[in-house]
Amino acid sequence: MDKLIALVESSLFIIIPLLVAVAFLTYVERKVIAAMQRRVGPNVVGWFGLLQPLADGLKLLFKEPIIPTRSSPFLFLLAPVLIFGLSLSGWAVIPFGYKMVLSNMNVGILYLFAVSSLNVYAIMMAGWSSNSQYAFLGALRSAAQMVSYEVSIGLVLITVLLCAGSLNLTDIVLSQQRVWYVIPHFPMAVIFGISALAETNRVPFDLSEAESELVAGFNVEYSSLPFALFFLGEYANMILMSALGSILFLGGWLPPFACIPFTWVPGPLWFFMKMAALLFVFLWVRATFPRYRYDQLMRLGWKIFLPFSLIWVILTASVIVLYQAITG
Amino acid sequence: MQFIKHLKPFALIELLQGMGLTLRYMFFKKKVTLAYPYEKGQVSARFRGEHALRRYPNGEERCIACKLCEAVCPAQAITIEAEEQENGLRRTTRYDIDMLKCIYCGLCEEACPVDAIVEGPHFEFATESREELYYTKEKLLANGERWEVAIAARLEQEAPYR
Repeated sequence: MDKLIALVESSLFIIIPLLVAVAFLTYVERKVIAAMQRRVGPNVVGWFGLLQPLADGLKLLFKEPIIPTRSSPFLFLLAPVLIFGLSLSGWAVIPFGYKMVLSNMNVGILYLFAVSSLNVYAIMMAGWSSNSQYAFLGALRSAAQMVSYEVSIGLVLITVLLCAGSLNLTDIVLSQQRVWYVIPHFPMAVIFGISALAETNRVPFDLSEAESELVAGFNVEYSSLPFALFFLGEYANMILMSALGSILFLGGWLPPFACIPFTWVPGPLWFFMKMAALLFVFLWVRATFPRYRYDQLMRLGWKIFLPFSLIWVILTASVIVLYQAITG
Repeated sequence: MQFIKHLKPFALIELLQGMGLTLRYMFFKKKVTLAYPYEKGQVSARFRGEHALRRYPNGEERCIACKLCEAVCPAQAITIEAEEQENGLRRTTRYDIDMLKCIYCGLCEEACPVDAIVEGPHFEFATESREELYYTKEKLLANGERWEVAIAARLEQEAPYR
């Protein structure tokens, strides 16, 4: 029982800061995109509009949750809960610093991959149960897109795993003490970044939302709290993906150089700085690029990323085998 | 050479150029936002806003009830009735503009031989009921008094082009 209480306490230490981070990520997103489009962004609620996410959240809470008559209510309400729960549960295996992890699983990366794949089910549920054409089309697109890009993300993970020799995220970070994987595996890091955009349904791969053609994609019919859960889930997934990126390629909590001024900064702070940088790239990309066409998206995933990362996996594996053969 | 041409897209050069552009915008470009109700943009001298009926400097109404504006109005928003006054001058007894029918084309202003009906610089006259937008002669004359300085300056400025 005590163990359970301790577990709940420590998971609250992750969940609450995460929710605050998600709230302010929406604020930062609006500010950054506004700056890139020569606008001011939110500046009315609170100092520099800092209370805007709070106001938005409250507004969503007080709205009426509408359940369409033709929908299937159980699945309709289950989908946002599922998507939100999944985006939180991924954080269980993310190491914030040395030994600062909720559950130091030996199959951490496999678990993370499984959890992020389950998102597809929640999206399909949402699209199917709302019984609306737009939601259904959005869900179909979203599912196909996420499944396609999981393939290339999987191959990227395999390259990193080959080098690290472990599925444990802490071990993966520790194996980067000499050099971050972004340097030897730079093309893979780029592919990971682009696939992460597709995986989280962000611009330029936001075909599942595609405001201009599908209104809002799989979540058209949602309002109030269920919508807020979708929103939180999407942004929490974004943060999760950038955490994964910084663990796999940017050395997690490790400082860039293991010498004096860099080692003064505590590990978790390095981790957060790397995450913030990756999140900024997410927003930056959103402010820059127009949406991909659907067939272009599929071509990119299957005809370019898949062969390229497959070749890279074979290359990495051969180099490792060669190295082991030489050193014995 | 053919081989290198096919490799170029893999370097994502165009994408990086685009991202560089947005980053430059973020840090070096001035913001263009106007905080509208507090800050306002410039209104052109040819702007066609709320209508006004003008008077001569001696206080006499300019409008001679020729009904050219009523005739030219494509939306048929203007209604005029006229009578001869005791001093023998022809003046309107009724000059109504339905601001909801009006399309703000400015033809009434162009048709007027005495510069009586004009469209002024004012455009923030939204109301809470339809009735308030059926303008009468009194309302239009009051508008004329309110905006006379601005309207006269604009007519002066645009005179060479009319």
